[in-house]
Amino acid sequence: MNLGPHAFFIVTAYAVTGIIIAILIGWIVAEHRALTRTLADFDARGITRRSTEPKSAAQKSAA
Amino acid sequence: MALIDLANPTRFLSLSAKILPWLAAATALAFAYGFWLAAGAPDDYQQGATVKIMFIHVPSAWLAMFGWTVMTLAALGTLVWRHPLADVSAKAAAPIGAAFTLICLITGSLWGRPMWGTYWVWDARLTSVFVLFLMNLGVIALWRTIDDPTRAGRVAAILTLVGAINIPIIKFSVDWWNTLHQPASVVKMSGPAIHPSILMPLLVMAIAATLLFVTLHVAAMRNEILKRRVRSMQMMQAELAPGR
Repeated sequence: MNLGPHAFFIVTAYAVTGIIIAILIGWIVAEHRALTRTLADFDARGITRRSTEPKSAAQKSAA
Repeated sequence: MALIDLANPTRFLSLSAKILPWLAAATALAFAYGFWLAAGAPDDYQQGATVKIMFIHVPSAWLAMFGWTVMTLAALGTLVWRHPLADVSAKAAAPIGAAFTLICLITGSLWGRPMWGTYWVWDARLTSVFVLFLMNLGVIALWRTIDDPTRAGRVAAILTLVGAINIPIIKFSVDWWNTLHQPASVVKMSGPAIHPSILMPLLVMAIAATLLFVTLHVAAMRNEILKRRVRSMQMMQAELAPGR
């Protein structure tokens, strides 16, 4: 494929697009992993959204 | 399943986990076909091989506007119907819209230099797209400024609805004003003004980029739901901490 005298502009355009998309995908994947880890950590400590709610309410009423 | 069922974030997480791999695979296949067609597309009789920049510039321009349109519909969902996933959708779409707007601006500059002799001019089309980029950054900053997601969602929704006025301005800027940017050549009343050998790769790349947008949007919405769960659990943990 011959890109002619303006090859630099064509290759740079595709490269910049690739980099921006890769950063976007990487950011979303990394954020998902971090969130899943945090939620698993809460789970391991016995803190879940559903189980904690009644406990919290019970503690409040006991106080 | 009715659309309203998706209003439940847990159900959305479960359904999106099933469709996300299929969306990602469809995106990859569409891009593979699009790049293959783009590589084999002939040079333009005036622009030469630089026409290949169009295959990424035009889809990113469409998706820049699509991103804000999604945010506008989500803003209506937040303010009018108070849909539980509306502000999740709006918040998730902003960085993706910003990324596609940035790609549009950079690839447009790189196309403009050899064709117009300049990277940038403050004409109506370029300026209105630059304003769209700044508005995306403004919405992202607003979301980060307000801690309470419900309040942030309402404020961001109002800003998004006000900013929606820029979308028709971008679309019709080349008709309303005298611009260096060329007028519409694909979406116009008299039909596309592009030869099918160049139009076909452009449309396939546009479908691929749209699939990528949808895939990333669904993934980012999942992250936002998980982020809110982490936030509520952190608040519960703080509530349970000794000394309270």
